[in-house]
Amino acid sequence: MDILISGLLLGGTYVLIAMGLNLQYGVARIMNLANGEMIVLGALAGFWLYMTATISPLLTIFLIAPIAFAGNWLVYRLLLVPLVRRAGNQGQLEVDSILATFGMSFVLVGIMVSLHGEYFTYSFLASPLSILGTTVALNRLVAFGFAVVIGLILYLWLNHSRAGMAVRAVSVDPASARLVGIDVGKVSALAFAVGGMVSAMAGVLISTFITLDASVGVIFTMKALIIVIMGGVGDIRGAIVAAVILGMVETAVATLIDPGLTLAAAYLIFLLVLLFKPQGLFGRAPV
Amino acid sequence: MTGEVRSLLIGAVCVALAAAVPYVTDGYWLSIALTAMMYIALSTSWALFSGPTHYISLASGAFFGIGGYLVATGMSDYNQSFWLMMFVAAVVATLLAGLIGLATLRLSGVYFVIFTLGLAEMIRNLVSWVQNNFLGSRGLYVLTDFTDAHIYWMLLAVAAAVFLFGWFIDRSRLGFALKIIGNEETVARHVGINTAWTKVVLFMSTGFFAALVGAIIAPRYSYIEPNLVFSPELSFLVVIMALLGGTHRLWGPLLGVIPFTLIWEAISIWVPNFTTLFLGLAFLTIVYFIPNGFVGLLEKLRHRSVA
Amino acid sequence: MSNGRTLLDVQNISKKFGGLVAVNGLSFTVKEQEVLGIIGPNGSGKTTVMNLISGAFPLSSGSIRLMGRELADLSAHRIARAGVARTFQLVRILPGLSVMDNVVAGAVFGHRRRWRTEAESHARDLLDRVGLGDKHYQPVSALTYIDQKRVELARALAGDPQILLLDEWLAGLNPSELHTGIELIESLSREGRTIILVEHVMDAIRTLCHRCIVVNSGQLIAEGTPASVLSDPTVISAYLGDD
Repeated sequence: MDILISGLLLGGTYVLIAMGLNLQYGVARIMNLANGEMIVLGALAGFWLYMTATISPLLTIFLIAPIAFAGNWLVYRLLLVPLVRRAGNQGQLEVDSILATFGMSFVLVGIMVSLHGEYFTYSFLASPLSILGTTVALNRLVAFGFAVVIGLILYLWLNHSRAGMAVRAVSVDPASARLVGIDVGKVSALAFAVGGMVSAMAGVLISTFITLDASVGVIFTMKALIIVIMGGVGDIRGAIVAAVILGMVETAVATLIDPGLTLAAAYLIFLLVLLFKPQGLFGRAPV
Repeated sequence: MTGEVRSLLIGAVCVALAAAVPYVTDGYWLSIALTAMMYIALSTSWALFSGPTHYISLASGAFFGIGGYLVATGMSDYNQSFWLMMFVAAVVATLLAGLIGLATLRLSGVYFVIFTLGLAEMIRNLVSWVQNNFLGSRGLYVLTDFTDAHIYWMLLAVAAAVFLFGWFIDRSRLGFALKIIGNEETVARHVGINTAWTKVVLFMSTGFFAALVGAIIAPRYSYIEPNLVFSPELSFLVVIMALLGGTHRLWGPLLGVIPFTLIWEAISIWVPNFTTLFLGLAFLTIVYFIPNGFVGLLEKLRHRSVA
Repeated sequence: MSNGRTLLDVQNISKKFGGLVAVNGLSFTVKEQEVLGIIGPNGSGKTTVMNLISGAFPLSSGSIRLMGRELADLSAHRIARAGVARTFQLVRILPGLSVMDNVVAGAVFGHRRRWRTEAESHARDLLDRVGLGDKHYQPVSALTYIDQKRVELARALAGDPQILLLDEWLAGLNPSELHTGIELIESLSREGRTIILVEHVMDAIRTLCHRCIVVNSGQLIAEGTPASVLSDPTVISAYLGDD
């Protein structure tokens, strides 16, 4: 029961991370390996504003959102569009964007290390709380609640707004989207920016209950990628299920065997997905 | 045929010159030459697979770590000889690469990159866990009589073997198949190429060579722990150096390794806090300004002077 | 021609993509040295049939035999080695290789495998044959569209396949190129090669095919000589719409 509840709470935040990456990969077609650093940047902002100005992380989420949105939009426009233009095919774009985002990831880590080289340790809403006989920290519960709300808003935006409709159209088929008058470049930039924004917001939430440091981003990138692949690229429902599965399995391994093996557990899941369901949990075989 | 003889001769002369380095210098510069030689073997072998296929492998660190760790465990805990453990490590890494290849190389390149991205870290976690829980957490000692010069010559031998292997691949059906796969995988399948097998075999060769290098380097550290040998950073350095030099020529990575090793050394000494930032800038520079590496630049220059 | 041995025997093949049934219980045979045309309206499943024979993706059910050998569970490269060569609806060349190496690729890895000088001289003969005698060492990306199609054809022929699948090889050619193209395929047929054609160009069907099958919604709706199937009322209504 402990595992179920803690796993679910962890999974809630993973959903948010995966949604961010899904927008960037599924719509803008950029495999963003600097996504984890966006999470860590959010965490750093949450930590830093709390320590220096005692601004609640829950407020920081909304302070950082527009900045992350603008930053990611600029990154897409200035750094990634040239690669999209240059690439002759999807394969070339994939290689280029992987290398470029690796570069960005290292640059961001380098900058963050020079800003704050130690752990982002702070205590926020750390009081214990009992639900269904399980004791969880209040901050985890609050983070979960915020993750659900943000995820829900994102879902509503994608499914019930004009812009969201355009985003989904580009994700399904950029060529056809162009035919019905959608500005694919603009929508891709929008999706990339929103994706980065969601990741940064998730980062602030995570910082309230997990102690991070500047170099931990790559682990989050890995996890987000595993979730996205397990859920199926562009499939939000799949991502939610996958995130909860990953959250539960990690929690189970950490409590039952050894916290040092969570990455190995994530790998095991990844391997199973690659072997048996490479198109995602609910995915159909590619045509 | 004369062209082939000539390139073999040039290769032999280069190896002979490189072999003389320990007679000219020792101490600091030899240790730098040793590091460079290690990366020459690793990057060239990496490029043999990743150059034509465009699959970016970040597994070098994992295979390198397997090499170092198995040598250390075998010598420290089981009293085995260095040579036997070097052989065992190479075989284990080759088999592991085969398994990883079979699982991921039939899918798109993205899955492969992601899988190799965390591989070194994951194996390190596993190894630490096994060591802490079942073997007792002691450090492992690799005690040999090897001097830096010995290690350097062994690395040179591996590097020469990589070049010879690459030279041979380039003239074989396997190499031609790889070139076709890199151009158009669908066509490759429909002209009768077993694309999965071709990629897996080449990927296994990178595992083999990286583990050899890791095994040979182990005596240099004498004291080994998982955190030291399973370094994710190494994987990235191998990729950067190969791309900087250029992956579409056998000797391309060599051109990247030599300057990069020197710069990296300088940065590590003078501004050690900026190594990560520098790594990032190097990646960005390559992608945006020298996508075909130094070899690409040279070829462009030659083209211009001819035209 | 029509009393030769059966070379390819396709029995009751189906292919489903998710809920969509692209090919539904199709059966037909191809005899040695025969040119079989597969025609039908757009989206009727013709290219899918070609993809199934060549192993681009697996069958959902059914059987495909080449001279008695089951191809259904083989991967594309094994099918190619067994003797099935193909060209693609949208021309696929190897952009980084020379014209020569594009064709050598077929000779080195195909049904009958050659290597080095033997592969090269074979490729050279084929390049001359398809009309690229003067362009052996050009980069393939510099070629015109019809020349790229010629390279593809030569590559498919280079492994000496048992059967050649041409997926709209004539599409996109201008009238004079079309004329040359039809003559080229006709000469291949006179050599005794077995060919399956997917075509929209009706002139080519009439001139080249010994026999035709007509596919609509993944099912066989008519079979016979080009003249008979093209005047069949079911076929005409399939093309023009029923009511």
